[in-house]
Amino acid sequence: MAKLVYDETGRLLFTKEMKEEYTLLMPQMLPVHFGMMQKLLQNEGYKVDMLTTNHRGIVDEGLKYVHNDTCYPALLVIGQLIDAVKHGGYDPHKVGLLITQTGGGCRASNYIHLLRKALEKADMAYIPVVSVNLSGLEKNPGFKLTLPFIRKAVYAMMYGDIIVNVANQVRPYEVNQGETDAMIDTWSHKLVTGFEQGKGMSRGQMRKNFAEICDDFAAIPVQGEPKIRVGVVGEIYVKFSPLGNNNLEHFLLTEGVEPVVPGLTDFIIFKIYNRVSDVDLYGGKWIKKAACKAFMSYIEGCQKDMIQALENSHRFRAPGTFQDLHKLVHGYLGDGNKMGEGWLLTAEMLELIHSGTNNIVCTQPFGCLPNHIVGKGMIRKLKDDYPTSNIVAIDYDPGATKINQENRIKLMLANAKGLSHQESAAPRTASQEEGSRTLTHAGAHA
Amino acid sequence: MSLRIGIDIGSTTVKVVVLDEQNKLLFRSYERHYSKTRERACETLHSIQEMLQGKQVKLVITGSAGLGVANASGIDFVQEVYATAAAVNTYIPDTDAVIELGGEDAKIIFFGGALEERMNGSCAGGTGAFIDQMATLMNVTVNELDELSLKHEKIYPIASRCGVFAKSDIQPILNQGGRKEDVAASIFQAVVDQTVAGLTQGRELKGKIVFLGGPLHFLMGLRQRFVETLKLDEEHAIFPEDGDCFAAMGAALCATDYEPILFEDALKKLEESVDTTTLVDTMPPLFQDVTEYGAFCARHNAKRPPEVDIKTYEGPAWLGIDAGSTTTKLALITEDGGLLYTYYQSNQGNPVSVVLPQLKQIYQMCGDRIEIKGAAVTGYGEDLIKNAFSCDLGLVETVAHYKAAAHFNPDVDFIIDIGGQDMKCFKIRNGAVDSIMLNEACSSGCGSFIETFAKALGYSIADFAKMGLFAKHPVNLGSRCTVFMNSSVKQAQKDGASVEDISAGLSISIVKNAIYKVIRAASADDLGKHIVVQGGTFHNDAVLRAFELELGRDVTRPTIAGIMGAFGAALAARDLHLEKSGILTAKALEKFTHVAKPATCGLCTNHCSLTINTFDGGRRFVSGNRCSRPLGEEPSHLPDLMRYKYAKLRALHGKGQGDGSRGKIGIPFGLNMYENLPFWFELFTKLNFEVVLSPESSRKLYLKGQRTIPSDTVCYPAKLLHGHVESLVEAGVDAIFYPCMPYNFNEGVSDNNYNCPVVAYYPELLAANVPDLKKVRYLNPYFGLHRPKDFERKASEWFFNEFQVPKRETVAAAKAAYAAYDAYKEDLRATGRAYIEQARAEDRPILVVAGRPYHMDPEINHGINDLITSFGFILITEDSVAYLEDKAPRHVLNQWTYHARMYNAARYVCTQPDMELIQLVSFGCGIDAITGDEMRSILEQGGKLYTQLKIDDISNLGAVKIRIRSLMAAIDARKGH
Repeated sequence: MAKLVYDETGRLLFTKEMKEEYTLLMPQMLPVHFGMMQKLLQNEGYKVDMLTTNHRGIVDEGLKYVHNDTCYPALLVIGQLIDAVKHGGYDPHKVGLLITQTGGGCRASNYIHLLRKALEKADMAYIPVVSVNLSGLEKNPGFKLTLPFIRKAVYAMMYGDIIVNVANQVRPYEVNQGETDAMIDTWSHKLVTGFEQGKGMSRGQMRKNFAEICDDFAAIPVQGEPKIRVGVVGEIYVKFSPLGNNNLEHFLLTEGVEPVVPGLTDFIIFKIYNRVSDVDLYGGKWIKKAACKAFMSYIEGCQKDMIQALENSHRFRAPGTFQDLHKLVHGYLGDGNKMGEGWLLTAEMLELIHSGTNNIVCTQPFGCLPNHIVGKGMIRKLKDDYPTSNIVAIDYDPGATKINQENRIKLMLANAKGLSHQESAAPRTASQEEGSRTLTHAGAHA
Repeated sequence: MSLRIGIDIGSTTVKVVVLDEQNKLLFRSYERHYSKTRERACETLHSIQEMLQGKQVKLVITGSAGLGVANASGIDFVQEVYATAAAVNTYIPDTDAVIELGGEDAKIIFFGGALEERMNGSCAGGTGAFIDQMATLMNVTVNELDELSLKHEKIYPIASRCGVFAKSDIQPILNQGGRKEDVAASIFQAVVDQTVAGLTQGRELKGKIVFLGGPLHFLMGLRQRFVETLKLDEEHAIFPEDGDCFAAMGAALCATDYEPILFEDALKKLEESVDTTTLVDTMPPLFQDVTEYGAFCARHNAKRPPEVDIKTYEGPAWLGIDAGSTTTKLALITEDGGLLYTYYQSNQGNPVSVVLPQLKQIYQMCGDRIEIKGAAVTGYGEDLIKNAFSCDLGLVETVAHYKAAAHFNPDVDFIIDIGGQDMKCFKIRNGAVDSIMLNEACSSGCGSFIETFAKALGYSIADFAKMGLFAKHPVNLGSRCTVFMNSSVKQAQKDGASVEDISAGLSISIVKNAIYKVIRAASADDLGKHIVVQGGTFHNDAVLRAFELELGRDVTRPTIAGIMGAFGAALAARDLHLEKSGILTAKALEKFTHVAKPATCGLCTNHCSLTINTFDGGRRFVSGNRCSRPLGEEPSHLPDLMRYKYAKLRALHGKGQGDGSRGKIGIPFGLNMYENLPFWFELFTKLNFEVVLSPESSRKLYLKGQRTIPSDTVCYPAKLLHGHVESLVEAGVDAIFYPCMPYNFNEGVSDNNYNCPVVAYYPELLAANVPDLKKVRYLNPYFGLHRPKDFERKASEWFFNEFQVPKRETVAAAKAAYAAYDAYKEDLRATGRAYIEQARAEDRPILVVAGRPYHMDPEINHGINDLITSFGFILITEDSVAYLEDKAPRHVLNQWTYHARMYNAARYVCTQPDMELIQLVSFGCGIDAITGDEMRSILEQGGKLYTQLKIDDISNLGAVKIRIRSLMAAIDARKGH
């Protein structure tokens, strides 16, 4: 059995021996992306299980071991990991836990420490915790993110984003229920199998795959009028994770609207760009800036390929580029606003509004600090600048009930339907007093 | 055209209306449903069967609890705010805004310009349920509360964010003798403030405003508060006749668009939907059967003190009074703790009027046989009762409870007391109260909480609690604060949970709240081996059982669990060994009178709400004060570094050494400025700007900017900034400077040097939300002070671009600014050293108050520093000792400058025998969820007590006092060893 080795600060390390013997458990945030990520890690020789559990016990474990005022994602992620260790049928002495670490001024960079505190509380301090980060924090002899691996991870992310994007545009209209999800499975499998053989991981092959993905999803039979589109933005975990947002996308689908969920790519570029803008704002090493810029432009190149593929399909709406988003946020937030989702969250709302998706659910963990500013804090200005924007901020929390959340989303949807009935969009200038009464409530004309 | 029916199923009531073709009301009803939503709606429809039989109708359901019913029955649903807007548009077409208060929701609709419809977020009181709770608390009906409010003389500030907060504000006012009339009006004012602050979010409420919903329909006092606050005249404040049913009417209007259905079929759909849903989230029952319950009762009933017959006993006796927040308890004991007399009753908001007849009765029963040789009082109303009746001793609750618990179990190492309003848990180490955990103001899921629910569902508390004992499937309601539990209960009701299951679920929730949120324990061993539980709430067998099950350990509940505080006080009185008690004699009681008058102290910026109690013979007792000034005495002048720093910073305005020729720069006195002002002041005055500071923070300043706050859960220090920048706009400055600063100074003791996101980016939030800022040049650039050379370069560019300041000038000014900041820091440290020396020379305890720099703002700390020095401490701040420790690895990512200081201060305190530390935490500070646990572990490992004070927009000094006094008691006990 692997020996427990600690570094000079007393941190338990994940050793090479452990790599052989241990199973790494990873939480899930984006089912498609993380599924492929898991496969990539397995190809690197790690034993990895992605947790897909979703039940009340997760929250209960979280409440038990994490400070209850901590943000909800921490509570869920840690609750899910501990629940898995305790009840997932693993030998607790043969598991390690994977958790991402961002290293910004937000509380989220402390998740890994909260996880360790939780393990200690649960008398399981012998379980190694492995930080997955791009900031060079916490190194482990048995776990290394090599450059080739990072490249593959970028590809997995890009594939994940395009698949989720096109699937979201097909699923609400599919004639045969389940067909879209089946196509997702088909492609995930196909890509992962390709990865194993080293396929699909060059720009050229990716472009080809992108086109095929668009074709395959476009071929799924659809029907019906275009539905009202509802954008989903927010804190990264509750935005994406069905566990975090009480199956928000599913709820929106049952309400007869089309969810639009901006992808992960912009977030990754954003996090890299922050290092560039840090040097611009406060000074620092040009070499660091140059390296970040190079990495950034590589991913931006991939993003452009994706947008190109979507545009070429003549079937799917394409998102804007990272630079498009960056331009939109000018006048709202500065480049230095980087903690949590930072200016990107506001930029995503702006991009949604500009691309005709005025209705937005802004998801956030209750009491999320950055979202006071970039979420709730910007809705007033967005409403002033875009009177037809229709944004609802929803808090997620172990105590928040689904019924309250759904009722508020329903209010937003009722407004959305009212707004979509309007013949023309409401005038943008505030000068007209007369013509501005443009309520189109269902019963208002009775 | 068919008749249209609208059914509005809210959290507490069901409203049904029928409209004819002309939109005229043919029928309307408004009834409480006591959680039987479907049944209630069906009953009402049955009652109008004659009118509708055999007819085609259009039926639509709306309301927060209506969604589930609609889904289950397949009847159409419209969202209630949408429905309300439809109704207002039809019936009162020229409306500008609608305010609707419901049972648990508050809604606002703006017409004109861009339509905006908003509901309260998930954390927001200030609704009908909140008013119900407050009425319960004051032991009046809602209608009586309304009548009382109309006779008010003054308004107390009461937290308007959350019902639980308001409770902890109201309680001290009541217990200190505040007039019920004034409290009633203050409760309504809190609702108004909550609505205006929480929902308008920067949009002005003006023009013709329609008020809707049950509370606004029935409560004249509430209407009055709204009209006065919004300064509306009769033409602009509309209270429609059917304002309580507007959502239902709107639903009926919306029904126009739906398909008609035969009335009988609709009714059938509704009826058949009853009980079709199943519960998902349930827990195992508390007791399997009656036998198990019997064994449980037998075990607990064994722990009882001897009872002595007061009618025959002769000899000395000692009296203990526990004037708790909602109940008053008395115990009269013999020398060995035998019970002569006990009393436990709700104090109905006035403990004096409860204690007076009790004392008279006790004297009568005692006759000449029994002599009271000592009387002690504890609890929230301690000071008032002690002064009213001249008791011999007042003691802090924690000590009283420990005394009582140790009487039953000398080995006790953990005590948990859940009372009506508060939850107190403490560890006992070496015979002294060691670690104290009180429920924070936001999670008071305590006794009165179950009581309120019991009443809301139409049961007495005793019956309601019993119902839960044998519930088959207790509902999992989560473990959050009252407001959240309200919605959890609502959801459970929606899902068809029985009252029994809800009752059991609530008991379990309270226990989980205590264990995981207040105590922060993961297992029974985190508590102790000998756990004593007490407080009125543990009389509830369901709560006790849930507690034992959750911990997996048997605990001790004395049969007198409800009066342990009084019992402990009596024991303390006994231990005074007095010859004779000074308590008012039977004769003196006959002349006893008590008048309470409210007043506001104007002697300093705290503006304490005082209550002046006058007793017979001219005896007076003033409560609500933080210092001794209103008593005509000079306040304590013990060294106080917070006060020192504050005065030093406030002096930083004007032209400094410059000539002010470049214009007036306004600086808002808040958040990062409490740290960086010495820097910016020097920089600007060196560059010949005149620095204008915003006024000192005050509640008035807060209210000034309140309507522009977009997120009601952000911390109070941030919320204050809205008022600060608005007053700077009014002051007519040339520009306002408020930089965004994600990074703080790097003091070399942490892994990184961030500010928290709120401190970092609030300037941008202000720009987007405060309309007045458009009238002024508002400068909020990004700056980092952690790289001086780069700052010089960046600043010189910026000042050149903005003000055409020659670059060389800025570079020189920046150097001076860094020097000024260093001098400020050094002065602080030197003063701190001098204070410590003085403390040691005078043999006084030193208290390190650890928080953020802005916690020195008297409006943010509510004069806690005055309170601390009044107890004889010398007060220094975390930054005056933090530099004495080096960097050390922490169990958290140590990446915020302010927090790194706190960790180091805590480590330093551990090395000093005469120092203790208190951590100040702003409510809503997410970062402190992380620092709190770490601070606790540093201090506990160093053998120190961890005391955390949570502060918000309203001060609840009661909780603060308990903690500080318990801390003092522990220090004393430790000295004794």
